[in-house]
Amino acid sequence: MSYKFQVNGIERTVDVEGDTPLLWVLRDTLNMTGTKFGCGVAQCGACTVHVDGKPTRSCQLPVQHADGLNITTIEGVGASRIGKMVQQAWLTVDVPQCGYCQAGQIMAATALLERTRNPTETDIDNAMSGNLCRCATYVRIRAAIKQVASQLEG
Amino acid sequence: MNTDLTNPKDRADGSVLSRRSFLVASSAVGGGLLLAATIPVWARATPGLGAADTGHQLTIYARIAPSGTVTILAPNPELGQGIKTALPMVFAEELGVAWKDVVIEMADYLGGPMGRQGAGGSMSTPTNWMPLRMAGAAGRQMLIEAAAATWKVKASDCSAEDSVVTHGPTRRTLSYGALAERAARLPVPDLTKVTLKDESQFKIIGTSVLDPDKARIVVGAQPFGIDVKVPGMLYAVFQKGPVFDARVKSANIDEIKALPGVSHVLVLEGSPRVLEGPTRGPADDGLHHGVAIVADSWWRAQRARQKLVIDWDEGPHASDSTAGFNARAAELAKQKPESDLRVDGNPDDAIEHAAKVVTAAYSYAFISHATLEPMNCTASFKDGKVEIWAPTQNPAPGRDGVVKALGIPPENVLIHMIRAGGGFGRRLMNDYMIEAAVISKQIGAPVKVLWSREDDIQHDFYRPGGFHNLTAAVDEHGKLIAWRNHYVGFARTKYFNNTAVPALDCFPAGFVPNYALRTSRISFNMPVGPLRAPGDNVHAFVFQSFLDEVAHAAGLDTIEFNLTLLKNPLPGEGAGKVGGNAFAPGFMASRMIAVIERVRDMSGWKDRSRLPKGTGMGFGWYWSHLGYVAQVHQVSVDANGVITPERCWVAADVGKHIINPTNAVNQMQGGVLDAVSAALGQQITLDKGRVVQSNFQDYRLLRNRKIPQIDVVFVPSDFPPTGIGEPPYPSAIPAFCNAIFAASGQRVRKLPLSEEKLTI
Repeated sequence: MSYKFQVNGIERTVDVEGDTPLLWVLRDTLNMTGTKFGCGVAQCGACTVHVDGKPTRSCQLPVQHADGLNITTIEGVGASRIGKMVQQAWLTVDVPQCGYCQAGQIMAATALLERTRNPTETDIDNAMSGNLCRCATYVRIRAAIKQVASQLEG
Repeated sequence: MNTDLTNPKDRADGSVLSRRSFLVASSAVGGGLLLAATIPVWARATPGLGAADTGHQLTIYARIAPSGTVTILAPNPELGQGIKTALPMVFAEELGVAWKDVVIEMADYLGGPMGRQGAGGSMSTPTNWMPLRMAGAAGRQMLIEAAAATWKVKASDCSAEDSVVTHGPTRRTLSYGALAERAARLPVPDLTKVTLKDESQFKIIGTSVLDPDKARIVVGAQPFGIDVKVPGMLYAVFQKGPVFDARVKSANIDEIKALPGVSHVLVLEGSPRVLEGPTRGPADDGLHHGVAIVADSWWRAQRARQKLVIDWDEGPHASDSTAGFNARAAELAKQKPESDLRVDGNPDDAIEHAAKVVTAAYSYAFISHATLEPMNCTASFKDGKVEIWAPTQNPAPGRDGVVKALGIPPENVLIHMIRAGGGFGRRLMNDYMIEAAVISKQIGAPVKVLWSREDDIQHDFYRPGGFHNLTAAVDEHGKLIAWRNHYVGFARTKYFNNTAVPALDCFPAGFVPNYALRTSRISFNMPVGPLRAPGDNVHAFVFQSFLDEVAHAAGLDTIEFNLTLLKNPLPGEGAGKVGGNAFAPGFMASRMIAVIERVRDMSGWKDRSRLPKGTGMGFGWYWSHLGYVAQVHQVSVDANGVITPERCWVAADVGKHIINPTNAVNQMQGGVLDAVSAALGQQITLDKGRVVQSNFQDYRLLRNRKIPQIDVVFVPSDFPPTGIGEPPYPSAIPAFCNAIFAASGQRVRKLPLSEEKLTI
């Protein structure tokens, strides 16, 4: 069965079983490996992408339900102003340790800041607590989000 | 400064470098200078990495191209600890190259010339510090000599900095790139006689450097092990037994073979487990028993697994349970201990006659490593040789396991070390590597084996649980006079796993006249292994919490109580003799005291009585993997047992230089939160021989909410730099738990805290 959707502004057509999660279509069919597999049950957030702008666990989205949608991944999020700023802040603050969760973190943080330019601590808790970091870089994830928020204010 | 091999401060790193150290320099392919420094290999084994190699080891391999680019081969795998950047920084510093000219390449596992190439035990920094400096300084000397020869001037009139040699009197300059070819033809200096830089002139060491991988990480372009793809590659899942060591009796192979995309279904006979012996570490690199499903995509293999039905021979451990272990531990605690591991003075007598006696039982659960990148490996077997792409911390035993499983010579195994999404000790073991190699050989095609999260949680080498039955005695002045521990631990053989049982010199041994460490064993069959700060990660909780309890019972300030103990060691103890190795001295009470005083002062400890009701400060310290760390945590606890971490203050002495400060602070903060995460909710339990937990909904990691501010201060000392991955972890747990006691009056004697009805 063939499905058609946009990934980072480019139309892609894939021929896979409809119940294949978008995560595996991205990684193994489209060779876009920036989106990571961590748990397969929407518990860790490593596979977070944007679907029509909303942060979404791609391990839980069967590709048949992605038909016709606009998907943004870590490889394309830098095309937006805030996405680019978040990626830059992740380097300025030196957030990553192992780095494996950080694609998902950046996707979640970008979605938060797109929605809420100046998030409170509670906003950050709510937006980011679904994304596990096994290295526990949480102090710097929060610092980087605040750095972008202050740049957006200024 | 010349390396002074007799100076006690340099002895630590200098004494291991005999006259057998040497540098090889030659013309590089494509031009330029190739430097390869070889040094004798370390006398002492690293915990978790197995026995030390003998002979020589390549410590650096670097190429200076005519363009001026310096390519440095990073020998040790990168798991997020920052070693891929830190070691080249040390070499580049002494070479006098500008950091912008440096390119770091990850080495393959060379199977010997670069040693074990492992990452574990926070040992990469201390073992490489002086050899890398010497090699860099030798390279700089050769470049200076090449410039002097070009100009026909004295080398002593020339200096080198930022990839350029300058002739002082005439201010003429030549770049390293321009000099590389000529330098390659010069005689090579004796490594042990080179002049090292004056450390006050360091320009790279001590500056914050970003690992270049990170620029790729933030755009999704950095490959991890899971991202490897090779031409013609198939994908595999490997279903292992529900009970450890269960064997496959039969399976619905034909039905699975017929499913979409499935190309092979293999029943694999596992290898016998290598169990604990008197000296052997935990690296347990056999193949599990199970059924492999190979398909043209991972999802198809994984989906086919849902239809897989296996009839298992579950073996003799199918009724093991955590409840059973706990009951056994309670029985053993009441009985006479099996063995006395260490007895000083007469603890039983001292306790019987003491002014005050404190008794408590502490315990902690098994936990899993749960690296966020699940175990995986890609292998391609062809014509008797296998090429492997592995996110491993420890390629050497992996290679040995592959050699054994495939029956091919070691030189026919090539291992590429790929950045790993976390290690924490899990990837010291290489079971996933052997799976990939075996499956590739059987199917005759390249294959990527990827574990599901459930595979990962249920087939780990767990941090062992344990039980400590403690009694301490203080005299009428509140001085600790006796300490007795009956440790009840898990053992698969006559021997405890070396990460389970407390070390004989665990504090307060050596600081209290009457001391006993006695043990009894619970038989079990779970695979166990090192987890970040092995041993220390639980013993710090037990001993530092109990010390807090004893200080409280004696009516003393816990920090002053600890300082008094540290200031009064038994003769010969606490002066660097115990627990050190060839690279750094053993435990020095004076260094610990300085760190404790620093954290006491920076946290405002003396004013803690002014904190509101329900809020408290807790303290803990630990010497772990050569690093000295003390912490104060401040938490509040409400009436429902809900904890809010408010602040953490951390002071650390890891030597005279912090090589890469941004990374060091990140490691410290992450290490503290990792420990708090483990304490709060992580546990692996068994029922009917099966691991109960399966994924992050029931194996709970700390999430990004209620994250405290963590202030980190490094207290420099006059000793060689040591590693930073492990030291922050152990003392975080007692500091956190002692803060809970100060805030709520509830003493935490059991981990995880969820078992004590405490949550975040």
